[in-house]
Amino acid sequence: MSMAEEPAVAERGLPITAVPVRHPGRWVAVAILLLLAAMAAHSLIFHPNWRWDTVRQYVFTDVVLQGLLKTIWITAAAMAIGIVLGIILAVMRMSPNPVVKTVAWLYIWFFRGTPVLVQIVFWVYLGQLYRYLSLGIPFGPEFVFFDVNELIPVILGGVLALGLNEAAYMAEIVRSGILSVGRGQTEAAEALGMRRLTLMRRIVLPQAMRIIVPPTGNEVISMLKTTSLLVLAAIPELFTTVQNIYNSNYQQIPLLVVASLWYLLVTSVLSVGQFYLERHFGRGVAAVRRTRPGRGVRTAGEA
Amino acid sequence: MTGAGAEIAESVADPMVLAEKVHKSFGHVEVLKGIDMTVMPGQVAVLLGPSGSGKTTFLRCINHLEKINAGRLSVDGALVGYRQRGDKLYELRDREVAERRREIGMVFQSFNLFPHMTALGNIMEAQVQVLRRPRAEARDRAMTLLQRVGLADRARAYPSQLSGGQQQRVAIARALAMDPKLMLFDEPTSALDPEMVGEVLDVMRDLAGAGMTMVVLKHEIGFAREVADTLVFMDAGQVVETGDPREVIARPQHRRTRDFLSKVL
Repeated sequence: MSMAEEPAVAERGLPITAVPVRHPGRWVAVAILLLLAAMAAHSLIFHPNWRWDTVRQYVFTDVVLQGLLKTIWITAAAMAIGIVLGIILAVMRMSPNPVVKTVAWLYIWFFRGTPVLVQIVFWVYLGQLYRYLSLGIPFGPEFVFFDVNELIPVILGGVLALGLNEAAYMAEIVRSGILSVGRGQTEAAEALGMRRLTLMRRIVLPQAMRIIVPPTGNEVISMLKTTSLLVLAAIPELFTTVQNIYNSNYQQIPLLVVASLWYLLVTSVLSVGQFYLERHFGRGVAAVRRTRPGRGVRTAGEA
Repeated sequence: MTGAGAEIAESVADPMVLAEKVHKSFGHVEVLKGIDMTVMPGQVAVLLGPSGSGKTTFLRCINHLEKINAGRLSVDGALVGYRQRGDKLYELRDREVAERRREIGMVFQSFNLFPHMTALGNIMEAQVQVLRRPRAEARDRAMTLLQRVGLADRARAYPSQLSGGQQQRVAIARALAMDPKLMLFDEPTSALDPEMVGEVLDVMRDLAGAGMTMVVLKHEIGFAREVADTLVFMDAGQVVETGDPREVIARPQHRRTRDFLSKVL
């Protein structure tokens, strides 16, 4: 090695100033994509059929905003039912009690196995199937009567249908979260004398949240859009509202754009919320990865 | 029984742990083949033996993390997992099993601290949730214990911010917070880097000195020689030899004990 000829490389202890790898392909791809995007944007903005004036005319009207509010309200209520019932079902599904376990299994089997559309129709039109509900002795005298149509108004039927269906999916998400928590955590809690429900609530579920939150964010976003199926029950949520408008003025595209813009906005807000939730439930874990790599592997090897 | 066990058996106290012909199988594999063992209150028993000798399984049977298939196993005079009425055994309910476990502290090889709680939170958790102690009292007790294991300044740290030795000391404090009458240690230093073993053994030595009844599983025998009242050597699901640790280590009676000791000494 002749040091005089290659001083930059031979000089030890200095910061490395190497030429980075070039990626010409990326620049070509970016150029093509920008061109396509520009064409799409041009068409979107200037093609007259998009009718942006109509979009602007309707996007902030009271009916649309009320539809949006109803959509948000239904999404929140249905997800609340779905998450709470889903956690209960997941814990039931993993119970050592065979009766409890089977009930949860049957629930999940049924609600995942039938189309949510059918479930919506069922709950909303329950009143036509069973006009009255009553409390009493089975096959014997009845004490209290309910008119089903009064007991379950249409909008509650819609919320119930979406929530009960969601619970089946949430149950599987929660179960995968519970399974992700190591056996050692359960044993440590058991050794301290904790009983099953306490250790689920205090030890397992908080750790499972890290796995549960991301797919649940997915479910919320999916639910937001699934509420549009309630158009079947003529519940005036966002989608039904814009449909009602374009049925009278025949401006389908601009009004669907109105609905999509709102769905897109709410979804974006939800994504931000999800980020903070994930950060919260990741506490105490992120640091493990950073500071103690390979610890688990070595422990297992010495056991 | 020979050695220390026999001497203490002369006193009137009941044994803290009494195992008689304990059998345990996983499927067709018999892991414990008739274990007899006595640990008197205040004694430290060290279980020694090669991997696969069944000592971990036996330890887990003591607080009913595993069910035994045959024999009798009792802690402080009460059968583990069962109630005897006449000559019939009744399985305990989950609640009763949990109540028994409160009185038995367990320390795991891999610490098993709750990662979403601080050191303080780990030690307070079962006090509040299981013993229903008021939070303030649980916090005081936890801080006292952290002081005792030398980690008062790390109360607010999460397990991931602690070294292995510190985590294990917190785990010991967590078990002690339940005021157990018996402590089980499952290879408490095996997952530790060598320089951290000492700090954990110091805590255990203090505990033994304070009169805690302890059953300790270990691969290495320095601690056994120094602290244990009884050394139990297990191999292939059986107790091969029991006695005073210095005696057994210096003059093992059985070939299997000699073979094992020659490998680890």
